[in-house]
Amino acid sequence: MSSTAAATLPGRRIIPAPIAAALGRAALVVAVLVAMVGFWELYHWIWTSTGWSWPFVVNDTSMPHVWTIVKAFEQPAQVNQPALITVLLHKTLFTAKEAAAGFAVGAVIGFALGAVLVHSRLLQRGLLPYIVGSQTVPILAIAPMVVVWVNPKLPGPLQGWGAVAVIATYLTFFPVAINTLRGLQSADPRAIELMRTYAASRWAVLWKLRFPASLPYVFSALRLAATASVVGAIIGELPTGLQDGLGGAIINFNQYYSIEPQELWATNVIAALLGIVFFVIVVLAEKLIVRRAPERIR
Amino acid sequence: MTATVLRKTGEWLPALVVFVVVVGLWEGLVRALHVQQFLLPKPSTIVSVFWTERHSLWPAGWYTFKEALGGFAIGSVAGIVAATVVGRFQTAGKALMPIFIAANAVPIIAFAPIFGAWFNPISPHSKMAVAAVLCFLPVMVNTLRGLQSASPRQIELMRSYAASEFQIWRRVRVPTSLPFVFTALKVASVLAMIGAIVGEYFGGALNALGVLINTDAGVFRFDEAWAGILIASILGIALYSAVATAERIVLRWSPETRGS
Amino acid sequence: MSAASVVRLEGVTKTFPHGNVTALEGIDLELTEGEFVSLIGPSGCGKSTLLRVVGDLVEPTRGAISVNGKSARQAREDGDYGIVFQSAVLFDWRTVAKNIALPLEMLGWDRERRRARVEEMLELVELTAFADHHPWQLSGGMQQRVAIARALAFEPALLLMDEPFGALDEMTRERMNLELLSLWEKTGNTVIFVTHSISEAVFLSTRVVVMSPRPGRIAGMVDIDLPTPRTAETRETARFFELVTEVRELLRSRGEHLLPEEEAVLE
Repeated sequence: MSSTAAATLPGRRIIPAPIAAALGRAALVVAVLVAMVGFWELYHWIWTSTGWSWPFVVNDTSMPHVWTIVKAFEQPAQVNQPALITVLLHKTLFTAKEAAAGFAVGAVIGFALGAVLVHSRLLQRGLLPYIVGSQTVPILAIAPMVVVWVNPKLPGPLQGWGAVAVIATYLTFFPVAINTLRGLQSADPRAIELMRTYAASRWAVLWKLRFPASLPYVFSALRLAATASVVGAIIGELPTGLQDGLGGAIINFNQYYSIEPQELWATNVIAALLGIVFFVIVVLAEKLIVRRAPERIR
Repeated sequence: MTATVLRKTGEWLPALVVFVVVVGLWEGLVRALHVQQFLLPKPSTIVSVFWTERHSLWPAGWYTFKEALGGFAIGSVAGIVAATVVGRFQTAGKALMPIFIAANAVPIIAFAPIFGAWFNPISPHSKMAVAAVLCFLPVMVNTLRGLQSASPRQIELMRSYAASEFQIWRRVRVPTSLPFVFTALKVASVLAMIGAIVGEYFGGALNALGVLINTDAGVFRFDEAWAGILIASILGIALYSAVATAERIVLRWSPETRGS
Repeated sequence: MSAASVVRLEGVTKTFPHGNVTALEGIDLELTEGEFVSLIGPSGCGKSTLLRVVGDLVEPTRGAISVNGKSARQAREDGDYGIVFQSAVLFDWRTVAKNIALPLEMLGWDRERRRARVEEMLELVELTAFADHHPWQLSGGMQQRVAIARALAFEPALLLMDEPFGALDEMTRERMNLELLSLWEKTGNTVIFVTHSISEAVFLSTRVVVMSPRPGRIAGMVDIDLPTPRTAETRETARFFELVTEVRELLRSRGEHLLPEEEAVLE
C-alpha cells in the first residue's frame, strides 16, 4: 500500500515513497531482531537467576548466549577445518540446490495438476481427497524408500541430492496445485462467457483469462511452496545420511550438542535464513511480475 | 429426496472409484512386475500387517497422536491468543504482519533436536513442542487476518450504535474471523501429526509411531513400516476431519460451508 | 404544529488532509421534524460525507452541528438515528430476525421486548416468513428491507440513508421507493436521503438539496410540493416532470466534474 504522497525529512530532500516504505520496513525488521535478542537474553537471565525449571531448565547449554552463537560462526567446528560459516554456507548451497529443484518441479506439477483439474468437476471430486490426503503421509518415513528407488534412476551427478529434490517436490506440489485450482476457478464467469462469444478455444480461455486471474493465488501458493521446498529438502536429507547439506549438519551437531550447543544453534539460524531468503525471492518476483495488478487476493 | 441422495452420492462416488481403481492397479502391478517388496508392498500385505501387528502399531499410533493433539491444542490456542492481543493494536498488527508471514518461512523442523535437548529427547513433550510451534504461526497469522477482515461499513454501523471497541470486537470481528481461524486449524491439524512424527526421528519412546516406523525400516521390516505409515496417515486425516466437522457445525450459517 | 429543528448545520467544513481535498465547505442546512430531504449531486460533491458528519461518523474541520438539540456525538451515543448503507451490511452469521434485533441488543432491551419489536418490524417490511433465514438467502431488495427494518427498530427520530437502493434494478427500486414512503408515513421520522437519481429524489422528498463539487457546497434547494400520498401515478404527472427538470437544471448549472483522485477521497 504505497501512498502517493512523498515523505519529507526535515530539510529539503524528498525521498520517493517506495524507498521510504522499504526503509521503514527494514527498520522494523531490525527493531524486531533487536527485540528478539533482548527477549532471549532477558529470559536467559531471569531463568538462570531464579533457577526455574519450567518449561525447561535454562543454562548456557540449553540457551547459549546470542554472542556465543555469533562467535561460533567464525570458528572452525572441528580442528583443521575452515570456519563454521564457510562450512555452513557450502551446506546451505547444497540444500538450496535440492530445494530449488524441488520448488521448480513441484511448481510445474502443481500448475499442471491445477490446470487439468479446473476443467473437470469429476476429476476434482475423484482426485482432490487424495491430493489432500497425500500431505498427511509423513514423507520422512517414506524418504529412505524414495531414495533407494529414485537414486539408481538418476544420472550420475544428480544422484544423492536428486532424491532429496524429489522429496522436496512432494511437499511443494500440493499447495501449488490447490491454489492454482482455486485461482483458475476464480475467473469471472461473465468473462468466460465473453470469451466463448469469441469462439475462444479452451486453450485461449486458459491462457488469456484464467491464468492472469489466478496469478494472485498462484503467487500465494508459491510463497508457501518456497517454504515447503526448503523444509522438504532438510527433512529429506535426514534419513538419507547425506553429509553435504544442512540436514546432515543438524544431525552432526545434534550429537555434539551437550558440548558445543552453539554450533547447532548456528546451523538453525542459517536454516532459518535459507527459508526466509527463498520466501523473499518469491515475494520480490511477485512484485516484479504483478506490478500492475490492482488487487491482491490471499 | 432421492435427488439429494443422488447428488450426495455423486459427490463422493468419483473418489471411491479412484480409490478402488488405484488400489486394484497397485496390487496388480506389484504382483505382475515383481516390484521389490520393500519399495512398495502390495496393499493386501499392508492391510494384513496393519491387522496382525495391531498390538504394537495401534497403541504406538495413539501415543504419537496424543503428542500431535497436545501440540495442536497448545499451538492453536497460543496462536489465537497472540492474534487477539496483536489485533487490539490495529496499526501494530498491520505493520508486523509481513514479519509474521516471513517468520512462517522458517523451517521449524530444524529446531526439533533443540526441543529434544530442552525437554528430553525421549519424552513426548519435545514432540509436542515441535507440533505446537508448527501450528502456532499459521493459526496466529490467519486469525489476525480474520480479525482485520471486518468491512469499514460494518464498523460504521456499530459506531452508529455507539458501540465500544470491545462490543465491536465481540459482535463483528470475532464472527468474521471464524472462517479464517478454521482454515488455519485445518492446516495446523495436518502439520501437528507430521511434526510429531518428524520430531520422533530425533529420538522418542520405543512405543512411539515415528520411532517404530524408523526402527522397522532400519531392520528391513518394510511391511510393518508401511503399515505404520498408513496409520500415521489415517490419524492425520482423522484429526483434519474432526476439525472440518467442527467447522461445519460452527459455521453452519456460512454459504461456503453449506456448499462444500 | 411547531417546526422543531431536528438537524442544524452552520458553516460546516470538512477538509481531508490526504490529498488536501475540501469535501464540504460552509454548509448551512436546517431540517425540521418530519421532513424528507434528499441530497443529490455529481460524484464527489460531498453528500455522503455530509451524511456522515450528521451521524458523527466523520468529524468536521470547522462549523457547528446540532442533532436533536444536542451535539452530533451525543446524538450518536443516545442512539438518535438509524443508518442504512448502499449495501445492506447484514451479519451473515445472524438470522434476519437477529439482524433486526442487533441495535436492540446494543441498547440493552430484554428478550421479550426485543422479540415483540422484531415481530413488528418484520410485519412492517413484510418479511415475517423469512425471520429465520440467513441474509445470503435473500435477494438484494429483501436484504435492504431488513436493513431498513433494523434501522427503524429502535424508533429513532432521524433516519440517514446513503444511496440505499443504488445497487438495485430500476423496477425493484421504484417498488422500494413506494414501500419506503409508506413506512415513512407510518413512522414519521425525519429522513436524510443521499441519492444519485433525480427522479428518486423528487419522488420521495419534501425537499431536494442540490450539491456541487470542488469544493462541496449547497448549490440550491427545491421544495417538492407534490401531493401525498404519492403513488406510481405521481411519476407521470406534469408537476413531477417540472420538478425533475428544475432539479436537473440546478445540477447542470452548478455541477462540474471532479478530478479522479478527488472523487476517490470523497466517496
